[in-house]
Amino acid sequence: MDRPALVQLKDVTKIYRMGDVELVALRGVSLEIAQGEFTAIMGASGSGKSTLMNLLGCLDRPTAGSYLLEGQDISVLSNDQLASLRNQTLGFVFQSFNLLSRTSALENVELPLLYSGVPAAERHQRARESLVRVGLGDRLHHHPNQMSGGQQQRVAIARALVNRPRVILADEPTGNLDSRTSVDVMALFQALGRTGITVLLVTHEPDIAAYATRVVTMRDGLIRSDQRQAQKAAVPLPDGTEAHP
Amino acid sequence: MSWLMTLRVALRALARNKMRSFLTGLGVVIGVAAVIAMVAIGDGAKARVEATFAAMGSNMLIVMNGSSAGGGAMGGFGSQPTLTWDDLKAIQTELSAVREAAPLLRSSAQLLSDDANWGSSVQGTTPGFLRVRSWDVVQGASFTQSDVDGGAKVALLGQTVVGKLYGANANPVGQIMRIKNVPFTVAGVLARKGQSPFGQDYDDVVLIPVTTFQQKIAGGLKSYITGVIMVSAISADATQRAQAQIRELLRDRHRLSDDADDDFNIRNLSEIASARQEGTRTLTTLLAAIAAVSLLVGGIGIMNIMLVSVTERTREIGVRMAVGARARDIQLQFLVEALTLSVAGGLVGVGLGLGIAWRLAAAFGWSVLVRPDIILLAVGFSGLVGVAFGFYPALKASRLDPITALRFE
Ligand SMILES: Nc1ncnc2c1ncn2[C@@H]1O[C@H](COP(=O)(O)OP(=O)(O)O)[C@@H](O)[C@H]1O
Ligand SMILES: [Mg+2]
Repeated sequence: MDRPALVQLKDVTKIYRMGDVELVALRGVSLEIAQGEFTAIMGASGSGKSTLMNLLGCLDRPTAGSYLLEGQDISVLSNDQLASLRNQTLGFVFQSFNLLSRTSALENVELPLLYSGVPAAERHQRARESLVRVGLGDRLHHHPNQMSGGQQQRVAIARALVNRPRVILADEPTGNLDSRTSVDVMALFQALGRTGITVLLVTHEPDIAAYATRVVTMRDGLIRSDQRQAQKAAVPLPDGTEAHP
Repeated sequence: MSWLMTLRVALRALARNKMRSFLTGLGVVIGVAAVIAMVAIGDGAKARVEATFAAMGSNMLIVMNGSSAGGGAMGGFGSQPTLTWDDLKAIQTELSAVREAAPLLRSSAQLLSDDANWGSSVQGTTPGFLRVRSWDVVQGASFTQSDVDGGAKVALLGQTVVGKLYGANANPVGQIMRIKNVPFTVAGVLARKGQSPFGQDYDDVVLIPVTTFQQKIAGGLKSYITGVIMVSAISADATQRAQAQIRELLRDRHRLSDDADDDFNIRNLSEIASARQEGTRTLTTLLAAIAAVSLLVGGIGIMNIMLVSVTERTREIGVRMAVGARARDIQLQFLVEALTLSVAGGLVGVGLGLGIAWRLAAAFGWSVLVRPDIILLAVGFSGLVGVAFGFYPALKASRLDPITALRFE
């Protein structure tokens, strides 16, 4: 490749300190991810997947090793600069959705734009477009407790998308969803991948990993295998459990 | 994030917990209402004291016969006449700090109208007396200097005397009445003045020319004033100066040696008045301080709830940080929430405090004194309370680590 990879991890370690107990969660991970790749990270519980995702998402800093995002060394950035990266370049999707309760879908999706100073009219417009893109154009003013799990996760994806990030990071996004809804969500991620967005998702289900173009497997804080594969197309079933596709 | 957006986010967060926000704000409401009401009570009391002393006469001094330092053996003030009519004239004409001086000779006497009688205080004086005491004539007119010069038998009646002799709303001007059996024409009626600060009825009085008083009521002409000299200074600030000037003048005129005691006594009423006002000011300060403490307690309530709120909303903070909120955005959000609570509470408290002040004023018969400076101070102080007590919770929120916050259960 001529261009540097979008994500470059080199010998990254992460040690959690709890009092005088040290827990090594990552023991030297090196990973390069190119623009537009759809990578699934697999591994047993406790193997360090979430820790890796949090580092990639600039929510946390490595204990040692280097992390270049778009060629930029993360370790020299201030907390505010990391916040700005999370706001502009990265989009997060969590297993537990992490939507603000008692707040409408539209307002939840507007949240990242609030912190990048987008004026109100444009904010509403972009949040609406983002929700339409995930198929929730008719649920703009619903609150999280008025929506199904699949719908809530799509609101979260709309929120991750709204600031036009280059990378979407999803930590077990289908972990709380039934298999049919999971396929809908994976179809959405594949659609994003086709527009050039880099998708990284954590899962422990091989069925879900099959939708990716690359599968990275972790064990005990280390990468054990890294394979490229032909992507299986996620086709939402016509009689989906969701009322609106 | 813009200020307006921050405010909207804060309002939405507060609206999500309406009951809690209301109760938290209530602490400040009560504090501010207490400050406003207490200051109004204090000011009302002060205004009342000022009003009663104003009725006694503006910037007034009383010059009396007798020694001030003699004690009981001298037989009390005024027992030995030392003030002369020439002293009066000198005080009136020679002193820069004196606006007006008038003699006042008193006697109690029986009054007779055609069909009633009443015992009252008859006072001989000059027209200047009305100016010294800021007394007005509401019916008829005051007697004049020529009435004094000619010893005219004319009288000014106080409202109580009019009521006893002629009935409450009668107009006695031009009627003939008798004082110690001497016929007098009623020249006018004095405005109602109410009671003195010491409970004396200012309206139970008859004023007649001082010359007439000496001829008909209390013996023949004398060169000494067997009463007092009432003096008004040119301004409230000048009373001290007037007192000093009068003392110097009288000591000089009475040829007192340097080591001799004064053979007269000067009472400064505005000194008594300001002592009383000092008392009410202390009261106001004390009440305001107590109220301010309750405002502080309200602030602690805000801090407590904000700390609870930060803990409860740790995950929300984590989410906001994950989507790009900087530490200062989070800090500002919680600070503005605290500030909104306290300022809103402050504004409601101002309304409540004014309401209470009005009710109290109505109950005690005071006039309501709305002091804009106190309102501004109370609202400003409640804002300060919000910032001061919101600062620590806001800082705590902003210092959260995104990952820790997101993992918080
Ligand atoms: N904040 C933390 N403090 C201490 N230990 C942690 C923390 N987060 C994760 N760990 C530990 O690090 C290891 C890897 O955790 P994690 O990355 O969450 O694994 P996975 O997501 O693959 O299940 C685990 O042993 C976990 O207990
Ligand atoms: Mg995990």
